[in-house]
Amino acid sequence: MPVKGTNGYDAKPHGPHTHGDAHHHHTHAASSHHGGGHHLLQVEHLEIAFRMYDPSAPYLRAQQVESAVVHDLSISVHVGEIVAVVGASGSGKTLLADAIMGLFEPNAHVSGDIWFDGELQDAAGLAALRGRGISLVPQGVSHLNPLMKVGRQVDGFPGGRKPDAARAQRRAQLFERYGLGPEVAQMYPHELSGGMARRVLLCSALMDDPKVIIADEPTPGLDLDLATTALADFRAFADAGGGVMLITHDIELALRVADRVAVFRDGTIVEETAVANFASPELLEHPFTRELWHALPEHGFLVPEGGGSC
Amino acid sequence: MPDSSARSTGARMAPLPAILHLPRRARVANRKRTVAAFAISAALLAAVVVAGQLSVEAATTADFTAKGLAPSLQHPFGTDWMGRDMFARTVSGLSTSVLVGLLAAGVSSVISLVLAAVAALGGRRADSAVTWIVDLVMGIPQLILIILISYALGKGFFGIVVAVALSHWPSLTRVLRAEILQCRQSPFVAHARKLGQSWPAIAVRHMLPYVFPQYLVGLILLFPHAILHEASATFLGFGLPPEIPAIGIILSESMSYLSAGMWWLAFFPGLALVAVILLFDVAGSNLRRIIDPHSAQE
Amino acid sequence: MPQYLLKQIARLLLLLVVISMVAFALVGLSPVDPVQANVGQAAYISMSEEKRAALAEYWGANTPLWERYLHWASGVVQGDFGTSLRFNAPVAHVIALRAGNTLLLMAVAWAVSGLLGFALGVIAALRRGTWVDKAVKGYCFVLAGTPTFWLGLVFLMVFAVGLGWFPVGFSVPIGKSAADVTLLDAVHHLVLPALTLSVLGVANIALHTREKAIDVLESDYIRFACARGLTTWQALRRHGMRNLLLPAITLQFASISEIFGGSVLVEQVFSYPGLGQAVVTAGLGGDAALFVGIVVVSAALVFAGNLCANILYGVVDPRIRRGEAAHAR
Repeated sequence: MPVKGTNGYDAKPHGPHTHGDAHHHHTHAASSHHGGGHHLLQVEHLEIAFRMYDPSAPYLRAQQVESAVVHDLSISVHVGEIVAVVGASGSGKTLLADAIMGLFEPNAHVSGDIWFDGELQDAAGLAALRGRGISLVPQGVSHLNPLMKVGRQVDGFPGGRKPDAARAQRRAQLFERYGLGPEVAQMYPHELSGGMARRVLLCSALMDDPKVIIADEPTPGLDLDLATTALADFRAFADAGGGVMLITHDIELALRVADRVAVFRDGTIVEETAVANFASPELLEHPFTRELWHALPEHGFLVPEGGGSC
Repeated sequence: MPDSSARSTGARMAPLPAILHLPRRARVANRKRTVAAFAISAALLAAVVVAGQLSVEAATTADFTAKGLAPSLQHPFGTDWMGRDMFARTVSGLSTSVLVGLLAAGVSSVISLVLAAVAALGGRRADSAVTWIVDLVMGIPQLILIILISYALGKGFFGIVVAVALSHWPSLTRVLRAEILQCRQSPFVAHARKLGQSWPAIAVRHMLPYVFPQYLVGLILLFPHAILHEASATFLGFGLPPEIPAIGIILSESMSYLSAGMWWLAFFPGLALVAVILLFDVAGSNLRRIIDPHSAQE
Repeated sequence: MPQYLLKQIARLLLLLVVISMVAFALVGLSPVDPVQANVGQAAYISMSEEKRAALAEYWGANTPLWERYLHWASGVVQGDFGTSLRFNAPVAHVIALRAGNTLLLMAVAWAVSGLLGFALGVIAALRRGTWVDKAVKGYCFVLAGTPTFWLGLVFLMVFAVGLGWFPVGFSVPIGKSAADVTLLDAVHHLVLPALTLSVLGVANIALHTREKAIDVLESDYIRFACARGLTTWQALRRHGMRNLLLPAITLQFASISEIFGGSVLVEQVFSYPGLGQAVVTAGLGGDAALFVGIVVVSAALVFAGNLCANILYGVVDPRIRRGEAAHAR
């Protein structure tokens, strides 16, 4: 049992982990090497509740109650790895991304410990990290301003100011690296194809030179092979020393590109495990994860008895 | 599962996690208050109408021993140049305004409902015809149209009611047309159709319950407009005749005495009209909150 | 674009023809007989026999309505809108003289209420749920229920009668021709009516902008901009302004109809020599030609406002601008 910090977090520095080494609610993959005693990003006991009228009570007697959408959620991302958060669409995964970005709904009650690069963050700290350490790669083209040319948007407005020439140059380099022609900068969002929009959003995130990327369903509508190709960009980012939290509903995709998989169900992460452990159901701990394993195509699409789906 | 048990104890043993964000203080306004606000504003409006009808005599009785008095306990709104009590005149005028507004808005809303139904259910030709008429009526400034129609009908009570009724239906027609169209294309209507129900049956059983709440809210929100426009047209001399104590008449008459410093002649009656309009707004918006599922969580 | 304009001009002409017919018919239907109503008026008494006969033919009850309309319309085509009995001058002259005053009043109110309303709406949305938001909402809520003419009377009582800063409007007799009013008079008379119209016009645009701004603030692209490190205000300034200005300007142009209606009332309260005052004078005095003329002009103004809104929409929104270009190709 490792020494616990104030919030149950292991503050004691330790050496590299080996495969299958259990630690902080998760097991490690061989590639998950964090040498210096902390994770790049770590979330512990995250709780998100919303205040609403009790839907079961009669109209006039309904009281406002807090209903927890996310509870006791813990997850961590190491240097150089892609962690996939896998769960059903609409199950509240995006709330996790919002919480890490410090973006809260007005009627939300959010609590939990979030560390970035070894330092505990409060709400102001998380806000300060947006675009300066943690970058979001959102789902689709609706995240681009429909009335502004793509180039200006990718450049962004650091500190609210107009971007300088250096940023435009950096954008041009990124566009070239991700196969976007210079003419794309002059386009409006509605003129982009789905694949172009995805790369534009990735370039936007990379413009800010992040340590951690939170990718929220970055491959909607792409089939598995195309999505895997698309995610090669994330692999490259992770290999260069970054960390990626990939939020997706697609378990096959997650197994293909991620180092570790965190299984999200009913508002929490029921198991955080190495992709390697999906080799056999005996290595998986939570019954729901095993059901997922059985439901994979190569294992015969066995629909679990509980009707659980992902 | 040793891990999951360890995890839950771990969570329990650990101190409470840091708060990252707290919800805004819950609004005190709740559903009970919404219902109460609607009921109270409706009751107040009814009281104004009844009181106004009872005070017509007091409103028109001249008392030349009490001419041009400033507001006092005996005459809270003062008296005019003929010694008539301005409070009685105001209440009576409000009552008239509300009744004219109710009548005109009611007629107007029926026009809306009929035209919206024709547009939504009568095929493409009917739809474009109704749209064209809506555009035409909206092409003339509303007040000008009211003056024009009232003038054509010889002004007076009949003229102003018809004028307000004929000029206020376009916006509600648009809303209801969209509602009916949406309802018509909805799966439950298609389902009823497949089950062999006739169109009239569908209209009564499925569409009316769907459209009626929207109609009711639209009607109540139409009242303030109708009342304001009636008062405006009357003020300009195109509405109710001078012998009826209406707010427009009171304010129009007061203009000749303002330079003499008799400010109460205009101030209180107008303020009372604002209060009545706001009561209608409160009633309408609270009713909408009760009816409309979108705001159920507010 | 030229094609679009031609189409719009055709629409305008059709609309004006129909509206003039409706207005003409309504005025003609009125039990107030224009010839009778004007007997005893200076203009009528000083008229020659032929003119009186022409007038009777023009407006008299013994000619069928459609014949009178055709007569009137053929005059309009040649630029003759008939003669105003009240002002004893051609209708076109009366309108031209007064349109300037009304347009000035409307333009000031349009701009002031637009800017103020837009700013208040944005501020309320940014401070949603706070006392600032509540104050803005309350202000709009009360003003939306305030009769224009009453607010005009209150301003008149406070600023003209009470403080004496402005002349009490009645110094200019109703019916005095606009040509007799000096420029200083006009400006002096402009302040209070413009203030009244502006204060009232704020409500609509502020509430609308607030709604839109809340939508924009909850949009994905503002959320993404915030996720890239901008504060809410920075994100709104950089990404929201165009998206907010577009509906605001559209609404402001579409509200010309209401501003015109409001100007009729304030012109009456402040004896401001504009179209609104003229239309009231015409209506009360049975001056049919002037009445119809001003109705047609007001409809043209409303149409112009809507047209401006549509064209601006195309200029500002690339989805429409580039979409149309692609269409033309």
